[in-house]
Amino acid sequence: MYVAVKGGEKAIDNAHAWLAEERRGDTSVAELSVAQIREQLALAVNRVMAEGSLYDPDLAALAIKQSRGDLIEAIFLIRAYRTTLPRFGGSESVDTEKMACDRRVSATFKDAPGGQVLGPTFDYTHRLLDFKLAADGEAPQVQTADTPTGETPHIMSFLDRENLIQDEPAGPETPDDLTRAPLELPASRALRLQSLTRGDEGFILGMAYSTQRGYARNHAFVAELRIGAVPVEMDIPELGFAVDIGEVTLTECETVNQFQGSKTEPPQFTRGYGLVFGMTERKAISMALVDRALRWKELGEDNVGAPAQDEEFVLYHADNIQATGFLEHIKLPHYVDFQSELELIRKLRREAQAMQEAAE
Amino acid sequence: MSDYNFAYLDEQTKRMIRRAILKGLAIPGYQVPFASREMPMPYGWGTGGVQVSAAVLTPEDTFKVIDQGADDTTNAVSIRRFFEKTADVAVTEATGEASVIQTRHRIPEQDLREDQILVYQVPIPEPLRFLEPSEVETRKMHALEEYGLMHVKLYEDISQHGAIATSYAYPVKVEGRYVMDPSPIPKFDNPKLNMAGIQLFGAGREQRIYAVPPYTDVVSLDFEDYPFEASKADHACDLCGSTDSYLDELIVDDAGGRMFMCSDTDYCCSRRKAGHIGAQGVPYAEDAA
Repeated sequence: MYVAVKGGEKAIDNAHAWLAEERRGDTSVAELSVAQIREQLALAVNRVMAEGSLYDPDLAALAIKQSRGDLIEAIFLIRAYRTTLPRFGGSESVDTEKMACDRRVSATFKDAPGGQVLGPTFDYTHRLLDFKLAADGEAPQVQTADTPTGETPHIMSFLDRENLIQDEPAGPETPDDLTRAPLELPASRALRLQSLTRGDEGFILGMAYSTQRGYARNHAFVAELRIGAVPVEMDIPELGFAVDIGEVTLTECETVNQFQGSKTEPPQFTRGYGLVFGMTERKAISMALVDRALRWKELGEDNVGAPAQDEEFVLYHADNIQATGFLEHIKLPHYVDFQSELELIRKLRREAQAMQEAAE
Repeated sequence: MSDYNFAYLDEQTKRMIRRAILKGLAIPGYQVPFASREMPMPYGWGTGGVQVSAAVLTPEDTFKVIDQGADDTTNAVSIRRFFEKTADVAVTEATGEASVIQTRHRIPEQDLREDQILVYQVPIPEPLRFLEPSEVETRKMHALEEYGLMHVKLYEDISQHGAIATSYAYPVKVEGRYVMDPSPIPKFDNPKLNMAGIQLFGAGREQRIYAVPPYTDVVSLDFEDYPFEASKADHACDLCGSTDSYLDELIVDDAGGRMFMCSDTDYCCSRRKAGHIGAQGVPYAEDAA
């Protein structure tokens, strides 16, 4: 006698209890606080904010704790929370010229007004495991400089003055919103940029890298990479003017790319643009390269059939929450579909065998 | 740093790299595949050059590192420090005093001698890569000496822009056989590829090493009616007054004001020490004080 399999409910409860226990790990080791994650795993927090499309370091840190450090799971938690939030309105466009730059580098000019500021970067560290960190976590004493005041001009503006860089046509007053309307193709540049800025870091990186290796190469130079806090202003209808409602840390990357032109049209450099929440420069640079690759049509370039030029391919596969959901769903029960496949393949084999026997 | 072998890499790895270098020298301009290692700096920072330097350095060497021609560029400082720490070799900024010079994007202005080695950091070793993305295809093209595509590209540049629109990483033909990417040096530097020193090129991420032995014929690709032209900013250095060195352009104020200075900092400094002063320069001693 066979009793049909049941007990899904109990299995789920048990799995969740086990998960909670595993998440906590060995209880003789002190528990991680959300504040510790926010302060000491700040770059993970930044990635979760950027791809979760929600600027809240505390919630991102909580999501990382809850997800056991699985960042895509953490991004998922943030997205699921974000979707429940009411929308009060839109801010004014942030002005990155007003950024208080912690880091600001240009690969195109050795020096420029505002100077090169390395900031807290891994760039020139030697990747040697620091075993001292395993023993103690003493905070080092570091020198501080006065915060520079005033605006830092964009490097691009100096190329603009000479007309060496293409003009950027103004977009609509209020751009489309990827989180409020379905993505339809062809997408406006604003929508593409929104999709890229919340897209999976690894995917965007891979796409950008492919352009560097010859699949729609666009000769990118990092004209400027800047990281820092910018004020967010919002127009309050009751007041009739805009007020500061807070600040966000952003990473902005502007690339200057290969020029076009002809014997009669003087050549101009072209642009790629990346803007991402938090200190996320790998993502911002990747975004700028992919943005530039996707602009082939408006810049009158050839479609060479490269993946990074294919808007549909890039935008439809950049979102890691969509991707991981669909990918992982194949572990869910598919008994019914598989059963019908089983029946079909048996039938086809029977028929083929019968034909074979008849031929013999 | 006693935990690491001399110059970081273990001896077996260095031997493997030296074999690739010797093969490269025997077949000038040919890209030799090698088993590139993970280095403690990221791909793109010069891991190929660092591995080649590690393989050729001896304790008696004097090492110089430049990036964009300058010794004080952040990444040059970082790589120089790395070998000071792991190989404990003498370091210098003077081109003439160095026995091994690792470079990114420039050839020093001062001519190199037979007892000097110039190590290039190479991002994309394949000169045909941007015409044909597939490595399988480009290796075949090199094997068959099938370089028509490159000439078509240069021709298309001329028909579209009236000139060859490649200003750096300008392709060359080595000893009449292999078309080679000289790494992203400005084409101003191309004539200097014919030199007395040994030139070694390392591409870490792409796992290739190639070489140009001393006194090898290196020709920049061109057409009879559109001959190759080495070019630079049409200015003199504002610090040392040199008119024949490659120049960096600096933005000096918010109004977009510019100045020009030698990209080769050692060259510029030596000239200023010798008493040459450019339009905006000051005598060397005053600046140092």
